[in-house]
Amino acid sequence: MFNKKSLEDIANEEKKWQKLFNEYTLKAPERLKRFSTVSDRPIKNIYTPLDIEDLDYPKEIAFPGIYPFTRGVQPTMYRGRLWTMRMFAGLGSAKDTNERFHLLVNEGQTGLSTAFDMPTLMGYDTDSPRSRGECGKCGVAIDSLKDMEILFDGLPIDKITTSMTINPPASILWAMYIAMAENRGIDRRIIGGTIQNDMLKEFIAQKTFMCPPKPSMRLITDTVEFGTKEVPRWNTISISGYHIREAGSTAVQELAFTLADGIAYVEAALERGLDIDAFAPRLSFFFNSHLDFFEEIAKFRAARRMWSRIMKERFKAKDERSLWLRFHTQTAGCSLTAQQPYNNVIRTSLEALAAVLGGTQSLHTNSLDEVLAIPTEEAATIALRTQQIIAEESGVANTIDPLGGSFFVERLTRDMEEEAFEYIKKIDDMGGMVAAIERNYPQMEIADAAYKYQLQVDSQEKTVVGVNKYVSEEEIPIEILQIDEELEEKQIKWLNEVKENRDNTKVKEVLEKLGEACEGNSNLMPVIIEAVKAYATEQEITDVFRDVFGVYRDPGVY
Amino acid sequence: MNKERRIRVLVAKPGLDGHDRGARIIARAYRDAGFEVVYSGLHQTPEEVVQAAIQEDVDMIGLSSLAGAHMYLFPRVVELLKEKNADDILVCGGGIFPEEDIPKLKNAGIKEVFTPGTPLTEIVNWVKENVKPRGL
Repeated sequence: MFNKKSLEDIANEEKKWQKLFNEYTLKAPERLKRFSTVSDRPIKNIYTPLDIEDLDYPKEIAFPGIYPFTRGVQPTMYRGRLWTMRMFAGLGSAKDTNERFHLLVNEGQTGLSTAFDMPTLMGYDTDSPRSRGECGKCGVAIDSLKDMEILFDGLPIDKITTSMTINPPASILWAMYIAMAENRGIDRRIIGGTIQNDMLKEFIAQKTFMCPPKPSMRLITDTVEFGTKEVPRWNTISISGYHIREAGSTAVQELAFTLADGIAYVEAALERGLDIDAFAPRLSFFFNSHLDFFEEIAKFRAARRMWSRIMKERFKAKDERSLWLRFHTQTAGCSLTAQQPYNNVIRTSLEALAAVLGGTQSLHTNSLDEVLAIPTEEAATIALRTQQIIAEESGVANTIDPLGGSFFVERLTRDMEEEAFEYIKKIDDMGGMVAAIERNYPQMEIADAAYKYQLQVDSQEKTVVGVNKYVSEEEIPIEILQIDEELEEKQIKWLNEVKENRDNTKVKEVLEKLGEACEGNSNLMPVIIEAVKAYATEQEITDVFRDVFGVYRDPGVY
Repeated sequence: MNKERRIRVLVAKPGLDGHDRGARIIARAYRDAGFEVVYSGLHQTPEEVVQAAIQEDVDMIGLSSLAGAHMYLFPRVVELLKEKNADDILVCGGGIFPEEDIPKLKNAGIKEVFTPGTPLTEIVNWVKENVKPRGL
């Protein structure tokens, strides 16, 4: 991209400049001993064309919508359509959450996203002894199809897409959504959305467990296969790095482990006999947007380029759409502080901006009170406005990939790609991600990175405003959302009503049928849908899974 | 003569909460500080926590919660320790707690509650100052 003579001139000029820089720093030293990203990547004082001297624009960067998609997966990107503003929401009962959904849609969000409570996430009904004290506390309580019907009441699910953050019982919640839609006369071929359904990152980071890795992969492959044939507008996996990052990984680890998980899912689907171009277009991704602005932008660009190369060269995909890394982003929860919570609005803004400059398809912005509780309506609205102001007022969406060509960003993009591929090779050599997980490899990499970062914060090598610098003498408490303590009792009452009013013979029959199907190797989705339509509860179904597939327990390594 | 005994701590994750970044960091910090550490792993019922604490003969249980179920889980652990005559095991907590819950937890027998942003050295020093090896 640069001619040899210019590069020589620049090299000479840079030598002179570094000499000048050093003269200045002899008189007054640099303000830090070491300049590094939040992931502890060292950053130079300047980047020049020399850092990307052999950059081949058509081959390495290209244009949006053109392989390897560094600048974006679609040709038009935000010139055609802004990213989906999709605020993660869930609290208390299905009715409480339905109200929050309506509020967010009225305030301008363009996609739905569901947060479930711990019992639902872990596959327990509200009346399980394990669920005591947990109902509705970190998301919505869903015990059966009845709750799902209330959750989406009055929402145009034939026109708006819905994401559900759910993992071990993803097949069940998806079945409930499909059943709810069909009961409303909406065909499964029309509904669009995403289920997270990414168990590998559960074992690595988010830790909502149920069954061991191998049967979990079977369940996931069943959903991919079913989606490919029956629910074509649905993204059946959201291959996630968000949680890996929240658990304490570096940006490169987030990138590498996510794509390695993706590789494992592709291999599982191919082993099932599916055609790559039949399912790959519906694989989607989910990344974190953390504090270091440029590191994140480079990460997103590297991710697109890497995945398209993996899909084309490693898996020989032919359809263009199989090469697209489409992703949702959430701003980093772990970067927010309990101290001086209004600072979190600024953190979220910067992180959201990075995601937009990185070309995300969909975005959730955290609320200022997210460290302390489920967001209040006011806090969630400010978070949504953050996206709207970036979109409508800042001008950054006027042109596609505005940072393309920056010496710094292109260099970072390349370096992160190279380092992430090294990690992927390591994991391949171990026998793939499932094998790596069984050896606790990604889990320990993350634990090491998390501990290192904590020590850096405690020693003030890394600054956290309001926590280890610019600390308030006295914190002014803000009002936070409380979940109704009576809800657990009410939810159990409603659950019992569902059990009384359904055809219990039918439920018993279909659960037996499910058990047999689990023992065999037919696709489980049709019988799961049958079960939820008969108002079998979530746990009645997961108990069958646990019974047949076994239970996974945390190895407890640290 | 009593020989010098190291402080033994059980770091535990009661309930369904899977957020274990902090608990695992604390476990390492305790280990680096010279305590004997047992980490329970995730998804322990209060009964399992107490059984482990007694079996492992620990001096303190550190409970971690970031998913909002602490008002049931933490007092329940204290209650079970009392039932089993093991309430000389000190219980403290760490994680995410609304301000107003902290005095309630302390009233229920949680000795100290550590909230986000607390440096590791502060926690380690608190343990050194407040936890005595049992039976000494």
